[in-house]
Amino acid sequence: MSGDLLTVETLAAGYGPVPVLHDVDLRVPTGTIAAVIGANGAGKTTLLRTLSGMLRPTSGRILLDGRDLRGTPVEQLVRRGVAHVPEGRGVIGELTVEENLRLGALWRRDRADAARALDEIYELFAPLATRRRHLGHQLSGGERQMLALGRALVGRPRLLLLDEPSLGLAPRVVAQTMALLRRLRDDTGLTVLLVEQNVRSALAVADQGIVMSLGRVVLAAPAARLRDDADLRHAYLGF
Amino acid sequence: MSATRASAPPARAAAVESTRPGWTVPTLLRHLVVAAGVALLVLAASYQLDSFRNFQLATVAAYLCATAGLTVLTGLCGQLSLGHGALMATGAYALALTQNAFADRGLTAGGWLIVSLMVAVLATVVVGAVVGVAAARLRGPYLAGLTLAVAVVVPALTVTFDGVFNGEQGLGVPMAPAPERLGVYFPHERWQLWIAAAATLLCLVLLANLVRSRYGRSFRAVRDDEVAARLAGIHVARTQVIAFVVSAASAGLGGALLAVLAQSVSPGAFGLTLSLFLLMAVVIGGLGRLAGAVWGAFLLVVLPDLTHSLTNLFTLSPAAAQRLEGNLPLAIFGSTLIVVMIAAPGGVQGLLSRLARALRARWPVGRS
Amino acid sequence: MDRFLFLTLDGLSRGAVYAAFALALVLIWRAGRIVNFAQGAMAVAAAYVAYSVTAATGSYWLGFGAALLAGLLLGAVVDLAVMRLVDHRSPLNPVIVALGLVLLIQAVLGMVYGNEYLPAQAPFSRTAMTVGGTAVLSPYDLFVFATVGVVVAALVWIFTRTAIGLRMRAAAFAPEVSRLLGVNVGGMLTLGWALASGVGALAGMLVIPTELGVHPHAMDLVFVTAFTAAVIGGLDSPPGAVVGGLGVGLLLSYVSGYAGGDLIPLAVLALLLTVLLLRPGGLFAAVTARRV
Repeated sequence: MSGDLLTVETLAAGYGPVPVLHDVDLRVPTGTIAAVIGANGAGKTTLLRTLSGMLRPTSGRILLDGRDLRGTPVEQLVRRGVAHVPEGRGVIGELTVEENLRLGALWRRDRADAARALDEIYELFAPLATRRRHLGHQLSGGERQMLALGRALVGRPRLLLLDEPSLGLAPRVVAQTMALLRRLRDDTGLTVLLVEQNVRSALAVADQGIVMSLGRVVLAAPAARLRDDADLRHAYLGF
Repeated sequence: MSATRASAPPARAAAVESTRPGWTVPTLLRHLVVAAGVALLVLAASYQLDSFRNFQLATVAAYLCATAGLTVLTGLCGQLSLGHGALMATGAYALALTQNAFADRGLTAGGWLIVSLMVAVLATVVVGAVVGVAAARLRGPYLAGLTLAVAVVVPALTVTFDGVFNGEQGLGVPMAPAPERLGVYFPHERWQLWIAAAATLLCLVLLANLVRSRYGRSFRAVRDDEVAARLAGIHVARTQVIAFVVSAASAGLGGALLAVLAQSVSPGAFGLTLSLFLLMAVVIGGLGRLAGAVWGAFLLVVLPDLTHSLTNLFTLSPAAAQRLEGNLPLAIFGSTLIVVMIAAPGGVQGLLSRLARALRARWPVGRS
Repeated sequence: MDRFLFLTLDGLSRGAVYAAFALALVLIWRAGRIVNFAQGAMAVAAAYVAYSVTAATGSYWLGFGAALLAGLLLGAVVDLAVMRLVDHRSPLNPVIVALGLVLLIQAVLGMVYGNEYLPAQAPFSRTAMTVGGTAVLSPYDLFVFATVGVVVAALVWIFTRTAIGLRMRAAAFAPEVSRLLGVNVGGMLTLGWALASGVGALAGMLVIPTELGVHPHAMDLVFVTAFTAAVIGGLDSPPGAVVGGLGVGLLLSYVSGYAGGDLIPLAVLALLLTVLLLRPGGLFAAVTARRV
């Protein structure tokens, strides 16, 4: 494991004429978890949307493993090894659990491995296996979380982008999710960039904390430092 | 809800109008002055132009009623209607039946035409109210589908009830000649233009006033945001029905005038194509602007004429020429509609306003 | 009683065609939230292709195949060359553009083929067979049932059993999420248009020989009828479209058999008006379709 899987250089983006991101720089080393934290409106979701190509950057570079991602259509991103679990998790309510999961691996040529990956997901998230035929909108919040993560993981991504995985979930489920991310990092070398308002949970699992404010990265530091240095935490996170 | 709306003091509305510098003249008076000016122009033109052009101008006037009505409905109130051809048919047939009834009783004086026109408008108001009440409950594709059904089915009814409407043959419209006071050699087409222009100008003045009135503002509020309009105390369904009825009445008058001009009515003239033509004229002219309706009405008359001249340039077999002549305007209308919707949803009038703004920006008035 | 049986079977045969055409409308509505008002004109265009191919080769079946192919292609072209460019923020825009297409297609057909009814051949006899002295179905009716049955089965198979069907459904329900999962949403939309237009062309091929023949306006009333069927079904529901189509076919057959064929247009309008006023969401709507 060496080098940075994701490098963002002087990235700027916005909606129409309204700029949201200014001059964003960040690096996520391979096999680590980075947590982007900051208040509402800091540009966290916009950053993720720009990384996955849903929003076109006005300037700057996004490098995945040293290769520029700009110009890659959104639908090609999974083929480069990037999985994005969007805001609100994006479970398709009209499709069954099984269909949602299959959708995550449809792009893969290796059908045999895709089938294996599907079985692995059912092992990882046992509750989903019992609800294969249920529609997405019949699931509980925790089950949706599993489905969204499972659907992202079934494509065996290198980089996982997560938008507010803790939103609307019970603390127990949040803790399970974070534990799972840590396990995936340690066991499979998965790289994770997650955006969170729940700073404590995010920093508990992350290797690196990236603080955003008003569309800029104001601090990127080892998560342990942010956790332990009360002055720093107070200055940037307000608690 | 309606109480809130009714209590909006008229004084305030007037104040809003008068804040526009240089336009302190009451709206009605201003519209009447413009109408009188146009009437004089038409009068002068009717003596300058030959009979055929007089007839064409009269046809423009007839279409203008319908396109202006549709502009109020679609452009101002945001309701789509594909059924205005059928509403024109209603007006035309009502006029034909009334004129025939008068003729059967020996009432052939020219003045009875005014009564017939009023009957035609009334009949369309009734039909428009029925469709409008249904339409006010519908949105988007449902409304389009219903009005499309009206456009397809109503002309077919003339065959279903051929005892009254005489099927595909249609009905003749007996017309009194121009008054003898105007002279023996007074061209019939000039007289037709006078009738059509007078009726259309009256219709336009009423519509223009409506657009500037409390109702017009309600129309626009409903178009822009139904929920907000409701919160502002506007009775959305009633507003939509009113818009539909007003629009139908204008279309009915237009249809009746067409019947007066052609001196006959038949279902073939009022098919789905006419409804689509009207919509197209309104869209190309510029949705939501009465001036756009004028452009649209001119297009409806001029374009077939142009394609006629165009096909005459080529030597074609009579059958091929006929096919081309009948269909080329449709093809041009259709492709124009598509191109305008994609490239310039504001229509001709929108383009002109944008151009005017651009020119003003480049050469600001009053810059030393 | 015999007459009732005959009208019922005839109505179901008619209804099968409306069902197929309504299904085509529902497919596009689900894929892109557009009611394709040009569906009728597009189907007529495909029928003219069949007319030309059959006239040139003498084979009905070559013409039939050509019509299906033309339908598929026309659907894809309309999506890529026209609908994709339209600003969909106002729901009026795609409707108006579709109507422009109606004018354009009908005009081009009129220029090429003329505005007369051209004879449309039926591949099987349209004379009803008699069973025990009662007139029941014609061989052509059986052909209609079989064809529509195959189409419905094929659509069900595509959408529920194949990967491409899963992609199409996902793209329709959640375009943005689907793109993140690697689905080519634009491609799925085009495919949806092609499929729907192909089904529409097939319905046109089935209905035109039972009416006056091929004519630029041959599908106008069929379109309105099928739209009514689709609305009864709820616009969103393919099974609803099939049931709605069969129901409308039956009703029109009874109206025409007991009250007179002239009344069919009026019956369609009355039915549409009633349904829209009483149950605008349709009888089978999965989600409420119309709310501010």
